Order: sequence, then C-alpha cells, then structure tokens
Amino acid sequence: MGSSKVQRLSGMQKQVLSLYRGFLRAARSKSEEERCKIESIISQEFRRNAEDVDRKNFLYIEYLLRRGNKQLDQLKNPGTTGLSSLQLHYSHPSSKG
Amino acid sequence: MATGLLKRAAQRLPSSPGFKLALLRAHASEAQAQQVEPKARGTPTLKTFQIYRWSPENPSKPELKDYQINLKECGPMVLDALIKIKNEIDPSLTFRRSCREGICGSCAMNIDGCNGLACLTKIPSEGAATTITPLPHMFVIKDLVVDMTNFYNQYKSIEPWLKRKNPPEPGKEILQSKKEREKLDGMYECILCACCSTSCPSYWWNPESYLGPAALLHANRWISDSRDEYTKERLDAINDEFKLYRCHTILNCARACPKGLNPGKQISHIKSLQPKA
Repeated sequence: MGSSKVQRLSGMQKQVLSLYRGFLRAARSKSEEERCKIESIISQEFRRNAEDVDRKNFLYIEYLLRRGNKQLDQLKNPGTTGLSSLQLHYSHPSSKG
Repeated sequence: MATGLLKRAAQRLPSSPGFKLALLRAHASEAQAQQVEPKARGTPTLKTFQIYRWSPENPSKPELKDYQINLKECGPMVLDALIKIKNEIDPSLTFRRSCREGICGSCAMNIDGCNGLACLTKIPSEGAATTITPLPHMFVIKDLVVDMTNFYNQYKSIEPWLKRKNPPEPGKEILQSKKEREKLDGMYECILCACCSTSCPSYWWNPESYLGPAALLHANRWISDSRDEYTKERLDAINDEFKLYRCHTILNCARACPKGLNPGKQISHIKSLQPKA
C-alpha cells in the first residue's frame, strides 16, 4: 500500500487508511498508557502487513479489512480497556496446507 | 421439500445393508476380520470429496482439494466423512460442528450445490465425487467457516424477545391457549443455521438491506405470538421496500431448510398483515 505517494488512492487503500484512522481515534478514548500501547501495536500490525501482503492479493486484504473492522468494533466498546497482541513464530513445515 | 425428502429416503435404502454388515464385522475378532475383509465384501467403496480450502495463514487462491475415503469405514452422514478426513487425512481442515443431530445448526454448508446441515445429509452413494463448499455468498473466515456477523445482526434487529406494554406481576405467567400456541408451529423450530438465507438469490444481491428469510421468519414468530403486545410496532419496523419486500417468493428457502420449515409462507403472512397502500 505504501508505494503510491501523490497518486490517487484506490477504494481499498482508502478503506485501509480509514480503518487505521478508526483505530487511532478509538485509542483516544482509552487511558494514556493504553493509548500508546494500542498505537504502537496498530502501527506495527499495519506496517508488517503492508510489507508482507502481496498488493494484488485482494481476497486476503479484504479478509484483513473485515477482521480489522470487527476488532475495531470491539475496541470501541467502552468496556474494552486496551489491546494486546501475541507474537507467534511459525516454523513452516515443508508441506503446504 | 417433497422432492428433497424422496431423494433422502431413496438414498437410505442402498446404504443401510452395507452399514449393518460393517457393524456385524466389528464383533468378530480383529485378526479374523482382517483376513476376511478383502475377500468378503470385495474392494472398499472409495468416495472422493472435493472440499473448498482457503486459509488466512497461507493466503493464496482458494482451491478444491480432493480427499478419498473408504465409505465402509465411515458413518453415513457427510459430517462423519468430514470428521474422518480431519482425524485421519488432514487435521488442518476447518469446519463448525457441535451436536451432530441437526439441533445446533453449526454445520451448515453447501453440499453438491445444495445448502444443508452436514450432520443431516447422507453421503450421496451415486456419483464419483461430492463437492463441499462454504455457504454461498458469505465471507469465508477459513475453509468451511463463514462470517455470520451480518446474519446475526439482522436477527438482532427484529428484536427477538417478548415485549409487553404492561408487564405481568412478578411470579405470574402470561397464559396462552392451545390454539394460540399452535400458531407458532413451523416457526419456533428454526435453529438459525442460515441455510435458507444463503440460498436466496435476493439475499445474495442485497445481504445488507434485505433481512432474509431466517430473520423474517423470526419476525413473524413474534408478530404471531399472542403474548407479544408490540405487533403493530414490529410490523411497522419491517414495512420497508428492502427489509421485507425484497422477498420475491422464489422459495429457495423452503427447499433448503433442513428442518422442513417454509420461511416463504411466513413472509407472505407478514405481507398480508401489512396495511395496503
């Protein structure tokens, strides 16, 4: 997603950006400490996917968008205090699937 | 629905003797069974299942993967075959299942082009391969698991609970006559498996705005309930060109319903109660 500079953004790029913005906005309603944590997790997640995901793999990007929107809805809930993430390192076996 | 029942009944006949034999054989000693098995009933009945696979952990294009199993060592239902494949061939195969007797509605999927519960659908004995895909026009989370958020939100939007203008005294029940209770037959049985909604072409094109047969059936369940006092409000809430009137009585819902209900009929009941413009 990061390759275009002043180019017009595609619909999907706009969706990704608005999801990112949504997370930052939701983070403002949480405590100062949590807010920093949320922002760093979110930016890490978005940057990692921007790098790893093939920009033509629309099916997967749409999946990530849906998952992100669902997580955003949960974060918006006043009962939710913060975000946390798990670092998993897969050792990929040779067989795929 | 009638044709569906006939088909299921017809399939039961050829498969049952083989199943009984397999049970009998289980009683014989193991060594003997191993000796007899290759000769006694001939070669194993192999069946190929083509199953839709897509995983977010390995984000390539979705594909149909072939699995071959011996039907003689497998239960009669499609769910038995799926569990066998997951246990013995590919543990990464993902699907929802719970009660295995058609009461939870978890294992709804598309089997050979027809929506149904895997636990209530017999493995088709004829035909070379059986294709199993997720429910049509739903977002896939993984393999046969689909995203039901929108479906459940629509169910929530019809307020599926008893609403009273004057609540009864604490500890007192609201009574209902037998006749009033009978009105709920054909609706309360719905298990929200989403087979009907996802088989409806109208729902495919307007999944957000059209409520779909399952939610409308439940709307009618509360509209018809003699104890509910918000009938008019409920009717007004769904009196909408999209929410209700996207139903064009295609009646795929009645064909698909694994519980033998007819959502189309309930929707036309709602339509008949709406004030005529």
